[in-house]
Amino acid sequence: MSIDRSQVDHAADLARLELSDDERERLRGELGQILQAFEALNTLDTEHIPPTAQVIPLGNVERDDRVADSLPLDAVLHNAPRVEDGQIRVPPVLDES
Amino acid sequence: MTTAYRTVIGLETHVQLRTGSKMFCGCAADYANARPNTHVCPVCLGMPGVLPVINREAVDHTIRTGLALNCEIPEYAKFDRKNYAYPDLMKWYQISQYDLPLCVNGHFDVEVDGATTRVGITRVHLEEDTARLTHVTAADGAPASLIDVNRSGAPLMEIVSEPDIQTPAEAMAYGEKLRALLRWIGVSTANMEDGALRIDANISVWPQGEPIGDVKVEVKNMNSFRSLGRALAFETERQTGRRERGQPIEQETRGWDESAGVTRSQRTKEYAHDYRYFPEPDLPPLHVTRQRVDTLRAALPRMPDQVAADLVDQGAPQADVAELVQDRPLTDYALAVIEAGASAGEAVTWIVHELRRALNAHAATRCASGSGDSSALPPSPSQGEGRGEGRPPTNRPGPGTTIPIPPTEIAALLALRARGAVSSTMAGEVLDEMFATGKSARAIVEARGPQISGQHELLAIARQVIEENPQAVQDYRDGKGRAIQYLMGQVMRITRGKANPGAVSALIRTELDSAR
Repeated sequence: MSIDRSQVDHAADLARLELSDDERERLRGELGQILQAFEALNTLDTEHIPPTAQVIPLGNVERDDRVADSLPLDAVLHNAPRVEDGQIRVPPVLDES
Repeated sequence: MTTAYRTVIGLETHVQLRTGSKMFCGCAADYANARPNTHVCPVCLGMPGVLPVINREAVDHTIRTGLALNCEIPEYAKFDRKNYAYPDLMKWYQISQYDLPLCVNGHFDVEVDGATTRVGITRVHLEEDTARLTHVTAADGAPASLIDVNRSGAPLMEIVSEPDIQTPAEAMAYGEKLRALLRWIGVSTANMEDGALRIDANISVWPQGEPIGDVKVEVKNMNSFRSLGRALAFETERQTGRRERGQPIEQETRGWDESAGVTRSQRTKEYAHDYRYFPEPDLPPLHVTRQRVDTLRAALPRMPDQVAADLVDQGAPQADVAELVQDRPLTDYALAVIEAGASAGEAVTWIVHELRRALNAHAATRCASGSGDSSALPPSPSQGEGRGEGRPPTNRPGPGTTIPIPPTEIAALLALRARGAVSSTMAGEVLDEMFATGKSARAIVEARGPQISGQHELLAIARQVIEENPQAVQDYRDGKGRAIQYLMGQVMRITRGKANPGAVSALIRTELDSAR
């Protein structure tokens, strides 16, 4: 299965990635290959296999509601592109929420 | 010819859960009172390679809520990733629940003007809150958005209703009753002004008799029940208008503008709802054992609807009961007063009106004087809940009521009133004195001396009042029964409530009728 340029653009848009024409073309090929790999799975008979979202046989991993230490402020802000007033500063966004 | 239309409303309610720590990490969940970015760790900051671990108490709170809303609790639940890119989402995905939520298929009965509507509850699921964004002009003069990560990862529960609501009034009743229920079972402060309770609505208008289609408008940004009602009334009118003019209704998200009193389209890009959900690989699924559900169910308090029905059966007025069960500590208090011998009707009415008045007055005085006060009552049940592990929840307490007077004392005061040893007016004053001094009702009443019931004294006062209020006297003669209440009030004022109301009433009537 191959995917077209508009699908690549859509995925890039969702991921907020800006791609050059070369990158778009390269990714179109690579993403197509990934989809092909999944299509191979479609040839298997999974009629009697229950769907699973997990490959590790674990369940009910929960913790007690206990407060632990947080990071110091300078560590929290260490990787921030810009800092203002103890907060992470980013370009203005419209509040859609 | 006018076509009739019907309005279809479903509500999505986000509720911050009352836990000590966040949903998937140990940072304190109490973001509101903390300096920005001080309740943050690599997990809620969304750093690569970290692993979330589910907060058991948040799961329990969600199941408690589901049970209170008559939901089924499936044996298998899992978490999913909801993907979208926005600066308030540190990982660019939110851990939520997609197709296998903790609670499904419930219902919630709401009353409007005496009519009950059963609203289906589609699901209750658990997710994490986002960081808080503020939009500012930065120090360099440029517009910027600032991110406070404290709220990121706080446990958030979403309650999705079926589109069974038909009017703004029903939506408001649903919201108010849901808030009371969440407080009652102790899972949230449910304070709208703090954002602990946020209600979004889906609304559409259809011609009567035609099937309901898929198109709906999502309305957001309602910060109070009043704005919820106003926004839905506006939308009902807007969509009806479009239908009448033959214009289509577009599927969109609209924001409520409180000051303008309108909803406005929030232009969202076409991919806005392309969330690409997939199972959260970092979280093993939950097998919710029946034992766990049974244990949680057994520990739930009696639901407000049941308590209310009981009190009404015992003779308490419906309206006062409805008011009372908004507040569980106050309800528990009323039950204790009844237990101590007061009649249900008297206790409920008196507590809802007189005790609350005195409580507010007392609280105002205390705030003004700045003095603390230790409560004679046990702490709010919601605060005592939980697993007794770790630090107590640090979220702000809800509007619970701590009353520094033992319920037996209120029962004693009501008994004095029932015997006629104090008038209703005087009982209120006695209550104020109980708050102020901590003395018993009996001691205060005894210190005040007996009621004025001596005919001579009362007669003089009654005559004075009649002479000073010719208009009321005329009203009485014109057959206005209320005039007598007014005259009685004047006598009670002069006697500072120490007169026996029955005696005063009889005396005034005799005086008026004999002077005719």
